[in-house]
Amino acid sequence: MIVNQFLILGAAVFALGVYGVLSRRNAVMVLLSVELMLGAVNLNLVVFDRAFRDELAAGQIFSLFVIAIAAAEVGIGLAIILLIFRNRSSANVDELDLMKL
Amino acid sequence: MSFGDWIGQLENWVFAVLAFGTLAGAILVVHSRNVIHAALGLVLTLGSLAGLFLLLGAEFVAWTLVMVYIGAVIVLFLFGIMITRAPLGYEIDLSHPTSVKVTAAIVAGSLFALIGWAFLDAFEAVEFAAVDGPTRTADIGISMFTNYVIPFEVMSFLLLAALIGGIVLARQDPEEADE
Repeated sequence: MIVNQFLILGAAVFALGVYGVLSRRNAVMVLLSVELMLGAVNLNLVVFDRAFRDELAAGQIFSLFVIAIAAAEVGIGLAIILLIFRNRSSANVDELDLMKL
Repeated sequence: MSFGDWIGQLENWVFAVLAFGTLAGAILVVHSRNVIHAALGLVLTLGSLAGLFLLLGAEFVAWTLVMVYIGAVIVLFLFGIMITRAPLGYEIDLSHPTSVKVTAAIVAGSLFALIGWAFLDAFEAVEFAAVDGPTRTADIGISMFTNYVIPFEVMSFLLLAALIGGIVLARQDPEEADE
């Protein structure tokens, strides 16, 4: 196994996540794409941890932190989307244009 | 290392299968016209990622990913999908029109080209250092509660704040509900 095969895969998943965030219209779908990007970041952290044989296992610990932050982010994000849906009965990001002139 | 040598290693076959699963799930997430299929695509992606972590010997991270993501986050997402009454069948309105999609594809494609070029330039054919077995969970725990205890405490505080914030945001005001 070479390091690059994992890194390129991570880059591909991250790019797909960026594509999803930009092209999705439904806010829940945008959150799903953000999860893809976080997963790609986790893969990179673990790969570098193993490739450099970190004695403190910092890469794995920080990928655990990323997982925890992602869980918190999903909770808050879905609560906000729920609130927007309750107030405007729509969860489409292009209809939230109150701050647009 | 030539491609023949690369494909001759058994672990690279496992990698190829898991990488295919990861990419197929990711494409399903960004491209499916059915919200439930998109959520299941995320399950496929994260399951394959957990397999890749096992391949790398990061067992604790792999099982945490399975428990937190596939166990909890996906359920939360399905709740979110059902509460916001996102249409459960096939739906054209889930994505922006084609012009936006093309722009998004150009942005994502150039980002992938840039990151991929940087990796290929920096790591060429670096192989993994000879690893003596998977990382022991005890080592992760010791390191987390000695060297990284302050980030850990900050994390737990952030989780508490997120918990309270989520409840405050999502709960219905009792006075409003009475009216």
